[in-house]
Parts: sequence; structure tokens; C-alpha cells
Amino acid sequence: MFDKESLKKLEQEKTRWESTTVDKVIKKTPERHEKFYTGSNLEVDRLYTPLDVQELDYMKDLGFPGEYPYTRGIQPTMYRGRFWTMRQYAGFGTAEESNERYKYLLSQGQTGLSVAFDLPTQIGYDSDHPLAQGEVGKVGVAIDSLKDMEILFDGIPLDQVSTSMTINAPASVLLAMYIAVAEKQGVSADKLSGTIQNDILKEYVARGTYIFPPEPSMRLITNIFEFCSKHVPKWNTISISGYHIREAGATAVQEVAFTLANGIAYVEAAIKAGLDVDEFAPRLSFFFNAHNDLLEEVAKFRAARRLWARIMKERFKAKNPKSMMLRFHTQTGGSTLTAQQPDNNIVRVTIQALAAVLGGTQSLHTNSRDEALALPTEESVRIALRTQQIIAYESGVTETIDPLAGSYYVEHLTNLIEQKAMEYIQKIDELGGAPKAIEKGYIQQEIQDSAYRYQQEIESGRRIVVGVNKFQIEEEPPKNLLKVNPEVEKIQKKKLETLRATRDNIAVQNALEELSKKAATDENLMPSIINCVKAYATLGEICDTLRRVFGEYKATVTF
Amino acid sequence: MQETKTIRVLIAKPGLDGHDRGAKVIARALRDAGMEVIYTGLRQTPEQIVEAAIQEDVDVIGLSILSGAHNVLFPRVIELLREKGADDILVVGGGVIPHDDIPYLKECGIAEIFTPGTPISQIVEFIKNNVKK
Amino acid sequence: MDLAEKILQKDKRAVARLITLIERENLEAREALKKLYKYTGNSFVIGITGPPGAGKSSLVNELAKKIREKGKTVGIIAVDPTSPFTGGALLGDRIRMQDLTLDEGIFIRSMGSRGSLGGITKAAYDAVKVLDAYGMDYVIIETVGVGQTEIDIVKLADTVVLVLVPGLGDDVQAIKAGIMEIADIFAVNKSDREGADRLVHEIEMMMELSQKDFDFRPPIVKTVAVTGEGIDVLECRISEHLDYLCKNGILEQKRKTRVKEEFMELLKEHITRLILQKNESKIDMLVRDISNRTVDPYTALDILTKEIF
Repeated sequence: MFDKESLKKLEQEKTRWESTTVDKVIKKTPERHEKFYTGSNLEVDRLYTPLDVQELDYMKDLGFPGEYPYTRGIQPTMYRGRFWTMRQYAGFGTAEESNERYKYLLSQGQTGLSVAFDLPTQIGYDSDHPLAQGEVGKVGVAIDSLKDMEILFDGIPLDQVSTSMTINAPASVLLAMYIAVAEKQGVSADKLSGTIQNDILKEYVARGTYIFPPEPSMRLITNIFEFCSKHVPKWNTISISGYHIREAGATAVQEVAFTLANGIAYVEAAIKAGLDVDEFAPRLSFFFNAHNDLLEEVAKFRAARRLWARIMKERFKAKNPKSMMLRFHTQTGGSTLTAQQPDNNIVRVTIQALAAVLGGTQSLHTNSRDEALALPTEESVRIALRTQQIIAYESGVTETIDPLAGSYYVEHLTNLIEQKAMEYIQKIDELGGAPKAIEKGYIQQEIQDSAYRYQQEIESGRRIVVGVNKFQIEEEPPKNLLKVNPEVEKIQKKKLETLRATRDNIAVQNALEELSKKAATDENLMPSIINCVKAYATLGEICDTLRRVFGEYKATVTF
Repeated sequence: MQETKTIRVLIAKPGLDGHDRGAKVIARALRDAGMEVIYTGLRQTPEQIVEAAIQEDVDVIGLSILSGAHNVLFPRVIELLREKGADDILVVGGGVIPHDDIPYLKECGIAEIFTPGTPISQIVEFIKNNVKK
Repeated sequence: MDLAEKILQKDKRAVARLITLIERENLEAREALKKLYKYTGNSFVIGITGPPGAGKSSLVNELAKKIREKGKTVGIIAVDPTSPFTGGALLGDRIRMQDLTLDEGIFIRSMGSRGSLGGITKAAYDAVKVLDAYGMDYVIIETVGVGQTEIDIVKLADTVVLVLVPGLGDDVQAIKAGIMEIADIFAVNKSDREGADRLVHEIEMMMELSQKDFDFRPPIVKTVAVTGEGIDVLECRISEHLDYLCKNGILEQKRKTRVKEEFMELLKEHITRLILQKNESKIDMLVRDISNRTVDPYTALDILTKEIF
């Protein structure tokens, strides 16, 4: 983009500037540090100029929005057409309580639902399982059977909302329940839109809510790909998640690298299962984190988009442009929130949300200020949602597309993150791909090293967290935190008891046996799972049936 | 004969949440502070935690939980330790724990609760100053 | 009741506490061990070693379950390296043994190698004695087979199982010669991976090349510890090895050697300490002279011993 002559001249001028103007000032007042780093430890120079992006080829590396390699965004008009989906992850207690919260959020202008499930649900245990003790309804809603799901979406027309469900190991079961509820509402599966997270690899790496070993887990995932491409075409069948990888301590580069490496593994598994890449790839979606280093985060999103487009086109020979588009949801960084001076978190979330928007996100969850302390209250959730609305309606950053493009620094960082992520992906390829690298503990080890380094930086004071290791104050303990109704566990147990006493238990047994048989073959399990769900088999019963066939995963632990 | 005392700590994650970043960072930091750290992994029941603590003869149990089940699971650990006559073991907890719950947990016998943002050096100091043996 | 009596009364906490005292080289430990010694010698000791990442803990987990199925009790000692810089250690073997935690017939203890030369070998074996006196039918010692210390530890076991895996980059050639020689049984773990057969072949070749006359030719067992595959065969081979040891009087011989080695170690340590206690200044002077080259170390030894004995 720059001719050689002017670059040469620029280089001379820059050297002159450094040795005269800058030097003079530095001798008088030295810079704050000898070296500067991004939030993820990439070194930052004093000044960026065309010299730092001289290799940049506009058409090849940036292109136009809605066109390959999608660096500037996946839609031709981006937010000039329509804002991102404002989607607050919510759910707690019983299905009744969550249903009320959803209706409230929809009435407040939220445009999509995002369902949080409690941990027993996420690990495929019913509320009366011994390990569920104390966990029922805590971090999300408790779903034991189709009965709960019917209540959860009562009065919410499923053909009019898009629903994202954070569910992984038992994703097929929850999706089956969603389809069954829709059917009862008279909505056919092809009208449904939404997302299931369904990303098991990052569970092994970072989030820990796995059930089965990798092989049968990958089979369940490809079963969903196949089933949805035929019957639920508008459904996003997976949300390949860097969010939790980042939360576990990864850097921005690692977040991109490990997420895309997992993405590659899913694509390979689906191709191996006999699917055509352009058949399922358009329904793949991604989920990233947004941290505080605004410009690095923007560069991260742009780099991820470009890298994925290149991988899909060059490595997997995808032909459909939709297969190459990295569509992503963003959530602001939970681990960046502090329990100290919680109102400061509103500011952090604003910066992070801005990064996501400047990075071209398709949907966004903004965290609430009190999440380092407890589940958010309604008031905190409203402030978080308003933060998005202020960015959308008042900040002006939405009126033009990819406004930071062309910034020497941002383009340089975009290149750097792409390049460093690619190096990781090559290393993972050498180890035999993401599942192998996870089995060997390589990815976990890299993340933990970053997490530990980060903690040491805070301890040593090299990294400042406002209110935590600088600018502390004496604080009154915060008041008005949300309390989950402790009766939830009892209520769910009672519901289960009633269910088991009133349903057709023979039909349940038959459906489960059928599933067990199919699980031992290589047939698609979705139809059998839908049968089980409709017979009101519980989530725990369905997962136990699969546990008996598939076995359970045991973690590879690294420090 | 010179006696060498090494503080032994059991780091455990009761309940079902899989977020072990904090637990592992702490485990590593305690190791670097010269302690022997036994890590038991995810999804541990109070029964398993107490049994492991007894067999390993630890001086300290560190419980980490982010899911909100602390009011049920932490006191249960203490109760089991008492039943087994092992209540000389120092028990500390950490994670997303609302301030309102802390007095109750301390009353139950948890020596200290560390919420997000606590410097690790503070945790190390607390352990060193409070081990009972 | 003192610790030893409590242990004989099956007090689990006392077992745990005594092992701690042993690790701390506490004098009380020695008194307890004196009392317990006559109750030892009944456990079979299985040593399990191999490179990091070979899946040893999972293997121990499955093996212990198999032994439990036969109604026998199992003590497990898992040794992990201590950081030489801080003296701390991360002991993570229990993660793989979660299934065993609540089994009353199992006792698991993690130990840091705590650096001191030979110290861990002694501590680990004193810990074995405690579990032995406590009444465990089997005691399994697990170590990472990377250094001489680890080899020393498993060498003292009745049966040594060396765990290898295909594709860890640890070609048989690259493994410390010493460790290949102490194996009574080879377990090729993760044998569902590519290269398992080649590894089996390499081990066979190596045994051919060693031209050793085996009375008990080390069998090679293929296992997949995470699924439990092959563990029954491994357990079987271990039993066969124990039978072989018992029938031919080898076990007795082996244990006699072990007792002698242990006693010699104790003796060395004891005498060294005694000499040090009474002659510290003398030794310091001699060391200074040796450093100054005014005397050579051999003459210095003569001078010292002449004074003492």
C-alpha cells in the first residue's frame, strides 16, 4: 500500500525524530516503563507508522465487509443495517423463575434469549442425584425433564425469538427438548433459530463440565450437525468457545489459537463422518471473550475472522462464502471483574463491550457489576444491558464499518495476533490436532502458565488492577445481592417424584433401551433422544444410559 | 536428628463447577512457597475430601468453589472432619462467595474466606500463621 | 495408646501421622517403627515406574481395583518430585485415583521426594512398613522413572512393573538402561495408540540383545488404563511373578538383600552422623587443608580414622 521510496524516507524521518525530539524529552522525563506490553503481553512500541504495516495488502488482507477474508466484518453493512443481538445470559432457580426473568428481559428490549443451566443439568444429573446437592438452580435453571422445559418457555413464541443455550456435554438432549417444546407450540423445527454451545473440547481444556470421553462426545456433536442440517437448518449447531479458554487464563493470542484449533477439529470430525464441509460449516459459530486492552481485543476479533476464513478456504476447500465467515458472540470478561469497588466493573464492562462492537461482534452479553460477588440482581443486569444500548445508540461507533481499520497499531496487532495464533495451530497440528494436544495436556499447560504469570504480575505490582492492588479503599460489604431460593432443590425433587409416578414408565424404559441399542451402533442418535425426551425420560436417565455405553471422561491434569 | 516441617495442603474443588483456574494458580503458588500441595481434581464430594485429607495427613484444606453451593458443601466438610476427629485441620475457602455468607461460614468453622482479588501472598501468610500443628 | 498401638488397632489417622513423622525425620517415628517392625513382612510390594505421562496413576487405580475384587487390601504410595528451588511439591496422583478414595480397604499417600539424597528411599520404605504393619495385603509404590532416586525406590519392591507408552518420544533405546533392567513386567499402556506393537517388538528385541538368561522372562502386557483394558492380564502376570518368587525362595533372598541394603544405609547414615557430631572442628580443619593442597584427601582420611578408631 506504500511505495518503497516514501517508506525509506519515513524510516529516516522516524530515526531522526527518535534521536532528536524524543531523546530530548526522555532525558528529562523518562517513560513510565522501559518496555510496554498489551494486556496479553505482546510488546508495544512507542509509535506505529506505515513502516509497521508495509507488507499489508489491502485487498488480500482486509478486503470489504461481507467479502473474503472478512477482516472488516461479515455483513456488508454491519451495524448500519442492524445492531448486534443484545443477549444477556440468564437463568436461575426453577423454570418458573427463569421464565419470568426472560419475559422481563424481552420486555426491556432484549432481542434474544440466552439460557443458563445449573451444573447438575450441564453434567447430566437429575436434581436428586447425590452430586447435585447444593447445586440445584445455583448458576442457572434446573432442567430435569421436558416438563421443566415446557415451563421455561411458557408464553414465549419459539418461532419469534432466537435462543442460545449454554449446554455442552448433554447438548443433544436439551436441543431435543427444545424441539419437542416447539412442536407442542405448533412450531416446526425448521422455524427454530438459536444456538447450542455444544463445544466439548473446551470443556476438557478449560470449563470442566464434561461427561463422556472425547470420541463418543465428538460423535454426538457430528450427529447434531447432520440432524440439524436436515431438520433445523437455521440452528447454530455449535458455538466454538474461546470465552472459557480466556477465563482460564489464556492470552488473546492463545484464545484465538486454541479456539480455532478446536474449530478445525470439529470440521475434521464432521468431514470424517461423511458430511460435506459446505453442508455444516455455515452453521458453525464462535464465542469470544472481551478483556480490557481495547485495541488488542479489537485486533483479536479481526485476526480471528481473517484466520478462520483462510483456514476454511485454503485448508478445507470450502466453496460457500458462509462457510468462511466467522460469526461470533462475545461476553465481557468475567475474570476481569473485581469484588473490590464493584461499581468500577461497570466501566470495565463498557470498555470491553466497546471492544466487541469495534471488533464486529454478532451478539453480546455484558456482565453485571456484582458478578464477582454473586449472581447479578435485576438492577445490575439492567445497567449491563443499558451499557450495550448506550454504545449502540449514543457512542457513534456503529455508524461506519470497522472504524479502527487503517490504524497502524491496530493493523499491526491484527497481523501479529494472526501470525502468532497460526504458529500455535501449527504446533497443535504437529501434536496430531486439538484432541491429541488436549490429551497430552499441552493446551492446558500453556493456559495455566499464562494464568500463573498473570497472577505473578499482579502480585509483583507490575500489572495494576484498580481497586485491587492500587487505589484500594476501606469498603462496606455490598448489600442487596441476589439470593437463590434455597427451596429450589426440594421443589425439583418433588417435581421429579411426581413425574416418575405419573408418566408412562414402560414407554420410558422402551425409549431408553432403544437409545442404548442405537448408541452401540454408529447411527445418528438424535431421533432416539427426541423419543426419550417426549416420553418424559429425565435428563439424568438419558445421560446415564449413554454413560453405560460410552463410559465417563477422566481429566488429564496439568499445573 | 533435625526435624524438617513441610506444610501439607489439600486443594479441593467440591461441587460440580469446573472452573479450576483459581485452584490451580493457588496450588502452584503454595508449591512455590515451599509447601506440599495435594490436588484432588474436580467434582469432589465432602466425604472424598475429608477422607483424602486424613490419609494425606494435611495441615490445611483449601476449598475452591464458584457455583454458589458453598453454604451446603463447606459446612459439610467441617462436620465430617469433626466426626472423624480431624478438626485440627485448618480449613480455608475461596471463590465467588457473597459477603453476607461469610459470617455463617466462619461460624461453621471455616478459618478464612478469600474472595476474588485476594493477593496470593496474603493466603500464603494466613496459612503459615494459622496451621495448628 | 501410642502411635504404633493405634496403627495395630487399625487407626487410619495414626498411619497418616506416622508417615508424616517419618517424612519429617522425627525421633518419635523411629520409636514407633521399632515397635511395628515385628508386624511387617506380610505385604507384597509392587513398584510401578515409567516416564511422565505414561499413565501410571491410572494404571495403579485400575490395578488396585482388580486386587480389591479379590478381597485384598491395598496401600498406595505415590512419590512425586519436590521442587529443588522451593522445597515445595505438587502432588497430583490422587486425581487419577478418585474412585478409590472412599474404599475402606485402600490407603493412598502422596509423598514429595524432598530432595535429600537417598532420604526419600528410606522414608518411602518406612512408609511401606507402616502400611505393612497396618495390615495391607499389597503395597504399591509409584514413582516417575526419571532419576536414580526413583530407580532406587522401585528397586526395593518385590515386583517391578515398568510402564511405557507408544509415541512419547521415549524410544526404548533412550530410556535409562538401569531402569529397563529392573523391570519384572513391562506394561505397554495406551496400547490403543499407534505404535504399540512396534514398542512391544522393541522391548522384545532389547531382551534378546541383553542375552540375559531369564528364569522369569519379563512378560509384556498391553493395557489401556483409562478403560481398564488389559489390567486383568497385568494383575495375573503380577501374581505369577509373586508365585515364582515364593516358590523358588527368591523372595526370601530378595528381601534379605533388601534388609541388608537398608541396614547398610542406616549404618552409614548413623556412623556418619556420629563422626560428624564428635569431630566437626577436626573435619573442618582437614577440609581446609585439603582445599589448600597441604594435604590430600586420602591422607586426611587416614588421619581422621586413626584418631577415631
